[in-house]
Amino acid sequence: MLQSFKMALRSIWGNKLRSFLTMLGIIIGVASVIILVSIVNGYMSYTLNSFTSMGVNQITVNFRALPSRTISVDEFYEFYEEHSDLFAQMTPTVSVSATVKHESDTMSSTSVGGYGEEYIYIKDFEIEYGRNLVYADMASRQKVAVIGAYVASELYGGGQNAIGEDIKLNGDVFTVVGVVEQQTEDASDFDDGCTDDFVWIPYSRAAKMSRNATISNYTFTSYDINDTDACTAALESFLEDKMKSDSFYTVTAMSSLMDSLNEMIAMMSMLLGGIAGISLLVAGVGVMNIMLVSVTERTREIGIRKALGAKKSVIMQQFVIEAAVTSTIGGLIGIVLGGLASTGIGALMGIESPPTVTAVIVSFSVSVGIGLIFGYMPASRAANLSPIDALRSE
Amino acid sequence: MEENIKTPLIELKDIYKIYTMGDEEVRANDGINLKIYSGEFVAIVGKSGSGKSTLMNIIGALDVPTDGTYMLGGEDVGEMSDNELAEIRNMMIGFIFQQYNLLPKLTIFENVELPLLYSGMDRLRRRERVMESLGRVGLTEKEKNYPNQLSGGQQQRVSIARALAGNPSLILADEPTGALDSKTGREVLDFLKKLNDEGNTIIIITHDNSIALEAKRVVRIHDGKINFDGDVKDYAAII
Repeated sequence: MLQSFKMALRSIWGNKLRSFLTMLGIIIGVASVIILVSIVNGYMSYTLNSFTSMGVNQITVNFRALPSRTISVDEFYEFYEEHSDLFAQMTPTVSVSATVKHESDTMSSTSVGGYGEEYIYIKDFEIEYGRNLVYADMASRQKVAVIGAYVASELYGGGQNAIGEDIKLNGDVFTVVGVVEQQTEDASDFDDGCTDDFVWIPYSRAAKMSRNATISNYTFTSYDINDTDACTAALESFLEDKMKSDSFYTVTAMSSLMDSLNEMIAMMSMLLGGIAGISLLVAGVGVMNIMLVSVTERTREIGIRKALGAKKSVIMQQFVIEAAVTSTIGGLIGIVLGGLASTGIGALMGIESPPTVTAVIVSFSVSVGIGLIFGYMPASRAANLSPIDALRSE
Repeated sequence: MEENIKTPLIELKDIYKIYTMGDEEVRANDGINLKIYSGEFVAIVGKSGSGKSTLMNIIGALDVPTDGTYMLGGEDVGEMSDNELAEIRNMMIGFIFQQYNLLPKLTIFENVELPLLYSGMDRLRRRERVMESLGRVGLTEKEKNYPNQLSGGQQQRVSIARALAGNPSLILADEPTGALDSKTGREVLDFLKKLNDEGNTIIIITHDNSIALEAKRVVRIHDGKINFDGDVKDYAAII
């Protein structure tokens, strides 16, 4: 066995070009599998992360059409309080299309919305200057606003100067009562439409500003992501009970979006697995080709060895080990190259994509396995050659 | 010698080797009967196509006859499996080929070691035997060289060393001087004679009568049949 190993190594070393060509297939196969899987995995987890930061425990209710029957905000709050074991936060949301102005400065892409006082907890933001919106603001439809750091810096030259200042929304004058802590990591990344480019006002005031004065969206959060199903069910039965029909609204749990994203990832992985399988199979056929050539080329050698008393099993061993060693070395080189490339490409793309352990293990074992399987056929051909025929060949 | 006469080393009884080529039946060996005893030096001579190569393959356990029995050292080779044949070749027969048939990628030492490897001998004993064998052909200092660094005569001596290494009962030489010039061919023949003097059984297969005359006994094959089997002096008289 040890001898066969030595012979295999010697033969690999003795035919550098041939061995290299054999390995090349495996190297490319293994490396591309690792690169593909790692990059996609890295990208997926990046997407997943940004998705998670949007709040996976959120459940939103949207009223599609404006039915004759409506549910008042108070009814929603009642429901929310009754189910305080399930829901952590709740807010009505009213989006307002408004131009934001202070003196002669206008903001063009600021998102303006009406929310309840718990909205800030749902977003997981914190107030830096002033105060948050409070219940009293809602009840009396106060013309107050909480603004993002970008708006504060653009209109007032900083959060510390904003409190108590005026802000005009479609001509209505609001008073800035709070500034939210900067969310963008670096102030130099400030731009129109960034995370800090927003104005929050009481939902009751926002509803009044909109044409039909109704609130058509609510956002709930659950305590536990595992409770989303129960929360969704509770919401649905509440809505069904009030509306007598389920065609006017939709209840969407972020976690179910997550589920479909996860499904997509699983499908991508399957697809990748298929591509990986094919490329490794091609590599295997390459190994088989070269091994077959190698057998033909070495028919005479096989004849000599057989004449000197080599048994079938010994010849077989020699060729199978050669195939296995070739594909193992190729596989190892492939892992190193694939690892380096996937890390490098990931860095270029700005995502973290270290080679995944599964990709490494699977591609390596498949390449070695394929090397063995495809090495076996030529090996058995070699072992079954008759010594006379083999000796006669030139 | 007394004992050897009783049990021949090689005994061929009614050996037939028949190939069918298309519709035609070729009788390469057509009823060969032959006994060779230990310590003999036999030349099997015949023109090309006479069937001498087929006979050599059968004697060398590289091939099995279509019909007839071949006893080698008292064992029936015709009944053997591929693996048993490999074992017989390994343990009992030392081949010397016209083209030397050394493996170019192996050193001289490794070439000679090959049959010992296949017989499963341990490393130390292998080394001992290889060096002893190379010593007998006077090439000990070439052990680390590769075949292509040696002259044709030297390569043939390496192949003789390889044949000797396993200490076989029979040395089978197929046109051993065929690829050599007459001077080195002479050396190889002298060496084979010396080996025979030391007690080795040697069979040379050749088409060349002048080489056949170097042996002690000549067997001539014609059309798959033996048409002469006798002492070299008698053979010299009829050619």
